[in-house]
Amino acid sequence: MKSFTYERAQSPADAAAAAARTEGAKFIAGGTNLLDLMKLEIETPTHLIDVNALALDKIEATPDGGLRIGALVRNTDLAADARVRRDYAVLSRALLAGASGQLRNKATTAGNLLQRTRCPYFYDTNQPCNKRLPGSGCAAIGGFSRQHAIVGTSKACIATHPSDMAVAMRVLDATVDTVQPDGKTRSIALDDFYRLPGETPHIETTLTKGELITAVTLPKPVGGTQIYRKVRDRASYAFALVSVAAIVQRDGSGRVAMGGVAHRPWHVAAADSEIPRGARAVTARLLADAATTHENAFKVKLAERTLAAVLAKAKG
Amino acid sequence: MKFDTPATTNPIDQLKVIGKPTDRIDGPLKTTGTAPYAYERHDVVANQAYGYVVGAAIAKGKVNAIHVLDAKAAPGVIAVITHENAGKITKGNFNTAKLLGGPEIQHYHQAIALVVADSFEQARAAAQLIRVDYERSDGKYDLAAAKDGAEKPKAGGFGGDPDTSVGDFATAFAAAPVQLDATYTTPDQTHAMMEPHATIAAWDGDKLTVWTSNQMIAWGKGDLARTLGIPKENVRLISPYIGGGFGGKLFLRADVLLAALGARVAKRPVKVALQRPLIINNTTHRPATIQRIRIGTDKDGKITAIGHESWSGDLPDGGPETAVNQTRLLYAGANRMTATRLAVLDLPEGNAMRAPGEAPGLMALEIAIDEAAEKAGIDPIEFRIRNDTQVDPEKPSRPFSQRQLNECLRLGAEKFGWSKRSATPGKVRDGDWLIGIGVAAGLRNNLVTKSAARVRLDQRGIVTVETDMTDIGTGTYTIIAQTAAEMMGVGLDKVVVTLGDSSFPVSAGSGGQWGANNSTAGVYAACVKLREAVAQKLGFNSADATFADGQVQAGNRSAALADAAREKELVGEDGIEYGDLDKKYQQSTFAGHFVEVGVDAATAEIRVRRMLAVCAAGRILNPKSARSQVIGAMTMGVGAALMEELAIDKRLGFFVNHDLAGYEVPVHADIPHQEVIFLDETDPVSSPMKAKGVGELGICGVGAAVANAIYNATGVRVRDYPITLDKLLAKMPV
Repeated sequence: MKSFTYERAQSPADAAAAAARTEGAKFIAGGTNLLDLMKLEIETPTHLIDVNALALDKIEATPDGGLRIGALVRNTDLAADARVRRDYAVLSRALLAGASGQLRNKATTAGNLLQRTRCPYFYDTNQPCNKRLPGSGCAAIGGFSRQHAIVGTSKACIATHPSDMAVAMRVLDATVDTVQPDGKTRSIALDDFYRLPGETPHIETTLTKGELITAVTLPKPVGGTQIYRKVRDRASYAFALVSVAAIVQRDGSGRVAMGGVAHRPWHVAAADSEIPRGARAVTARLLADAATTHENAFKVKLAERTLAAVLAKAKG
Repeated sequence: MKFDTPATTNPIDQLKVIGKPTDRIDGPLKTTGTAPYAYERHDVVANQAYGYVVGAAIAKGKVNAIHVLDAKAAPGVIAVITHENAGKITKGNFNTAKLLGGPEIQHYHQAIALVVADSFEQARAAAQLIRVDYERSDGKYDLAAAKDGAEKPKAGGFGGDPDTSVGDFATAFAAAPVQLDATYTTPDQTHAMMEPHATIAAWDGDKLTVWTSNQMIAWGKGDLARTLGIPKENVRLISPYIGGGFGGKLFLRADVLLAALGARVAKRPVKVALQRPLIINNTTHRPATIQRIRIGTDKDGKITAIGHESWSGDLPDGGPETAVNQTRLLYAGANRMTATRLAVLDLPEGNAMRAPGEAPGLMALEIAIDEAAEKAGIDPIEFRIRNDTQVDPEKPSRPFSQRQLNECLRLGAEKFGWSKRSATPGKVRDGDWLIGIGVAAGLRNNLVTKSAARVRLDQRGIVTVETDMTDIGTGTYTIIAQTAAEMMGVGLDKVVVTLGDSSFPVSAGSGGQWGANNSTAGVYAACVKLREAVAQKLGFNSADATFADGQVQAGNRSAALADAAREKELVGEDGIEYGDLDKKYQQSTFAGHFVEVGVDAATAEIRVRRMLAVCAAGRILNPKSARSQVIGAMTMGVGAALMEELAIDKRLGFFVNHDLAGYEVPVHADIPHQEVIFLDETDPVSSPMKAKGVGELGICGVGAAVANAIYNATGVRVRDYPITLDKLLAKMPV
């Protein structure tokens, strides 16, 4: 870990301004991912801005019937919230499928969105990794890639985004609310929030310098049967090989997003319209341009079979 | 005490204390966090500095230059140790690769530097400032590719002969009406113990003391002295509590050597724990195997030919994984062969992990038996029973001292509900789950090895045992206390057990499931000596004296035990040594393992639903701690079957998933109800304790029982471990 300076931010706008003017600054909230990465010198911030005191820990109804989730709401609290469990069950289930009780107690909503990949080469500073050290190469391509992405990959990076929560938020059409260093706020649709790796896998979101997430807003409830199905080698405390977040309505229409397959929660609008025709049709659209390795090719079939089971369950 | 004829009745047979499911006497220390583990021994020596290990970034090659000036200048740094300033270092007898590399690098994460600083954080920060110029060489990292160049390893060690042959295997196999010829693979595995390798080292002149975490005190002491080139008498090694070892702490490792070197250069005590991401490539692992098994039977399923060949790899001068061992003993058959071959690989050092040889060997053999039984059209339990042998099949004049494998299988079948199993796979469904039941036999040998102890009696009647034996979480403290209490006729509250100090008599140590039987037999021998001293002091004929309830009695005379030590403490010191009973008899432990799995019909996720082990392992000294050993081993067997695999980067030559996030072992949610039954058995051939080991028997066969259950559930036969969903998916029933 490199030495760093530390401050406690007084307001979201102050935090953003401080982050913009201090080279090498990072926000810290739960620290469940950042501190690990700092110990390994994968992240080397020179300044930490502690946002824990910013009173962004409320879950509030929005005027149009949705829900606004403060950036600092802990994963445990979000999963247990009665409104989330009733109206956005897919989100509650996704949260509980992730990490462990201890981590969920500490991890925040914004931090969960911004967690880094679990690619083992990203974690080993002896190895090349374009995400950790831009331009150094990608050891995962041609290496151990069983966990890695099958869609939206690039020649620079095949990492996945590890979050379960974000997959559920994607299927719920969430937006990310932010404040910028000049105090202006904006809302970013989750679909526009995450970037594909392309040539710059180290730039993972469309946040600008200093921009701070203040909340995630869910639109008004859409009802339907909501399922989050996470497939993994062991029963708990493992990242998804493939996960499916689905909302299926009585008329057979619905929405589907997948985790464990891409650099971001994976959703293709055209695939949703195939839901009445079944899992094979949906998967054909969703994973149309899949580029697999020898080790992760199974994910295509796994995704289709998992989705088929989810759709069957939704029908009842 | 020489043990060279089978045991007759002795004080242990009273079973007043031995054989009872006593709680661990060290339990309160563990549950209150007050058992002193190596890295936390802040009190043993003042002014401890912190070491942080730098591992090599390449798998094979050399260090051209190592730039340490920035690290040395960093805040709090006291010293940086590399091959350039470490002095002469010899390789220990039990090590294959050097514990401090450079200039030559033999494997990834081989230690190349230790940074010593006032705080851990300073040492870690400075370690990351070290820059190294490497020159890479080509290495071999792929067992399958190296297999054809594998050679016959040296005989000896625990491996036995690399080639064995009885009768005419080739002719008998060719003539067999039922033939199985299949190849199985097991991956590299890591011990993944909770406590990392950790040591505090302190020099006092030329005398070195290390507080560490080690299973085999005398081996560690000897190799530390040898590595540093100092007399053995100048080394003291202390390891009273060990947070799991599983074979990973059998030997001197880099933490001990680097702490000693660091303390010498820094001129103050230094503590070192191997960082978790370093442990997997820095230390030893269970090597991967490729195993070919051929079984020929007659029409009734009697084995006429059985052959088992195994290939594994290791660094130059390393050893093989002895995966064929159990096949020499487990089933009858007139014509048999085994072959062990060793390839040179430049991966980290392969070595022992819980039940080395048998654990991966049975993972293959016991699938093969399931397959052969199916080909012969015979129930797999009946097939095993038909091929039972009560003698060493290679030397029929040599009987097993005890062998109740058939009883294990029959009782297990009854308790587990085997009769409800569908013989046709893929037929049982429970909601989303395909259900299957599998069985496997387990065998692990009982190794006898000398073990000594000292037992003291003080004037309060307190019996104190001293031996360098270790408790690696197994319950050694408790069974040694039970042994001393039984022998001296006192309650457990009157017994103190001190372990893990090289200043105590040398014991068997903890490995190869030999710890329990040998170390308690050594304590038995020392107690016999102490009883003689007590009897003499009290004026009894020691042969007639009985020790019970704190009293010594002979004829109509009785005296308090404590009276014998009223003037002066009495000491009994002795050890157990063995004659040739292990040559005359084959001593082994046996198990029937039963597993029920569910396989998700859609995703092929595999979850274990029920497990049962029926064990025949001689006298069970403490059914509670023995059960804990077996259920822990069953859990490890589930890991081996379903998830544990060190993923190799065959280009870069290292284990990629080198932390506990990437190397998955079972979590609580993976382990359902587990049951263990011990057959009532004593084995007078093994030792005066009539006991054997169970800690490794518990894993032997479990993986294959899981694999066979998966086959029974799905009809998909997977011969490559771990059995993960991707290997089932393509062939799953629709």
